[in-house]
Amino acid sequence: METTETAVAPRKQSRGRPRILAHTGLIIFGLLMLYPLIWMLSSSFKPTPEIFSQPGLLSENYTARNYGEGWTALNQPFTRYLLNSAIVVGGSVIGNLVACSLAAYAFARLEFRFKKMWFAIMLGSIMLPIHVVIVPQYIMFSEIGWLNTYWPLIVPKLLATDAFFVFLMVQFIRALPRELDEAALIDGCGHFGIFWRVIIPLSMPAIATTAIFTFIWTWNDFFQQLIFLTDPEMYTVPVALRTFVDATSQTPWGPVFAMSIVSLAPVFGFFLAGQRYLVRGIATTGLK
Amino acid sequence: MRDTEAPAVVSGSRGDDGDPGQPPARDAAKSDGRSRRAERKNRQQRTGNRGVPYLFLAPWFAGLFLITIGPMTASAFLSFTDYSLLAAPEWSGLDNYERMVDDPRFYTSLKVTFLYVGISVPLQLAFALGLALILDRGIRGLSFYRSAFYLPSLLGSSVAIAVLWRQMFGTNGLVNQALAFLGVENAPGWVSDPDTALGTIILLNVWTFGAPMVIFLAGLRQIPHSYYEAAALDGAGRYRKFLSITLPLLSPIIFFNLVLQTINAFQSFTQAFVVSGGTGGPADSTLFYTLYLYQRGFGNFDMGYASALAWVLLMIVAALTAINFLASRFWVFYGDD
Repeated sequence: METTETAVAPRKQSRGRPRILAHTGLIIFGLLMLYPLIWMLSSSFKPTPEIFSQPGLLSENYTARNYGEGWTALNQPFTRYLLNSAIVVGGSVIGNLVACSLAAYAFARLEFRFKKMWFAIMLGSIMLPIHVVIVPQYIMFSEIGWLNTYWPLIVPKLLATDAFFVFLMVQFIRALPRELDEAALIDGCGHFGIFWRVIIPLSMPAIATTAIFTFIWTWNDFFQQLIFLTDPEMYTVPVALRTFVDATSQTPWGPVFAMSIVSLAPVFGFFLAGQRYLVRGIATTGLK
Repeated sequence: MRDTEAPAVVSGSRGDDGDPGQPPARDAAKSDGRSRRAERKNRQQRTGNRGVPYLFLAPWFAGLFLITIGPMTASAFLSFTDYSLLAAPEWSGLDNYERMVDDPRFYTSLKVTFLYVGISVPLQLAFALGLALILDRGIRGLSFYRSAFYLPSLLGSSVAIAVLWRQMFGTNGLVNQALAFLGVENAPGWVSDPDTALGTIILLNVWTFGAPMVIFLAGLRQIPHSYYEAAALDGAGRYRKFLSITLPLLSPIIFFNLVLQTINAFQSFTQAFVVSGGTGGPADSTLFYTLYLYQRGFGNFDMGYASALAWVLLMIVAALTAINFLASRFWVFYGDD
């Protein structure tokens, strides 16, 4: 992994054997890291006893039976859980996109009283642990009969409580040239016109980042879904998956792995499709 | 990082929002009369549109008060009451906090959580920084490696991965099969042994080093190449350059990652919940603070006590963040001072 040092531009000089060593090291390390995932995928196609006797990937008994069994093993067919998750995630994505971009426009472009203070509060709320508000939220939502509905999971997003994304979009909008707003103003646009016709179309990268992250985080979220959804018909994928492991002392690992793969597939899909935005998203919120 | 940079930009007193809408005024731009007219127009527009910012902010304000500040206040109040959802909350003063002092499981959960944060975050950041440094040396296939190492960060918080971990580190799980293959027999069931169960969850957090790594990579990109060239001309070796250029210039980003990952790790829940089947076992060795809070609040419906626990959590997270910020003065380098 060491490279030969020369006096000038050392970073560009590493070549030959050290290169190959670095690649070999990285590939071995990467495979080691990803092996559990690959193994889970292959195991999801193996009969359960083999999962406990074969640390390898290959099997002579590959079968899709685990998927069929897992799909119907719980109280509801897995379709139901996927649908529940899809509704929660879909609502959250729409909510975050609309509410966060509106708030971000105000913070980035408009003047209003105590703007600095509100902005500081917004930043502070990013770091607020959910646990501090979850108990009263639970009481509140149970009072209005929203337990075991999608609302406790979606409505907060419609109200821009994911301040992280407000911040992300504020940073992005600030970097857009103001001349564009002014040109639109001359052409007779009001603030909503500027927002809708100028800012939104130019903010597509930030919007894509928000959508993808909201998707993945909400899809993976467990704590809130566990608390607000207690009726098996309303279970989302993570909550259902968890009962799968806990329901019996003898966990049927084949079907469990199969459904785990099903639950990871959408995240993996978004990862493949949205890599560019994901990487840029974390990089810009961290740095810009 | 974001906090330090952000307010500077907001504060800019740009009053030029409502600049000339009047088409005829366009050419006469420099005359006095026009600037006065623009001023008037400006003021007019500002007064006319005074409500506009609040329209944009309406959802956010509603969320802030209904979903965040309201419940926060309620939770502060509930922490001084005895409340089980069945009857109205009953004022009990400092009772909940006093109970906490005598509650061994509270101390256990603190110990477990601090151990988890204290070990997994530095390890995770070390891996992130190490890999970022290797990848930053103009290696071919950078984006491929970056994606491969980043993937676990996206999946790591899911129930599915926690489920996988539970199998992998079980008595007959993948890890012990691999160990048997290498000739190590009778290895313990890692998740069922109180000495090792927490270790498996620490490993899970370290496994998700990809997100901070991507941030480090972006930070390394911003260090001007010429610094290294100048240092090389002065005869600096690899380690000298790392210590005198890379580390100081990267320190704000190391700090940012440290704060972020500490806050995140302190609130971990899913992994411990799934690996231990919701108990925090074996022998409370994976009883994360948030898991204990969940058990008290939503297992025993001891809402007053759970609220008190939540406020203590908030204080701890705030204190840790403050300590990080204070300590950062001694090691974080912000350029021109």
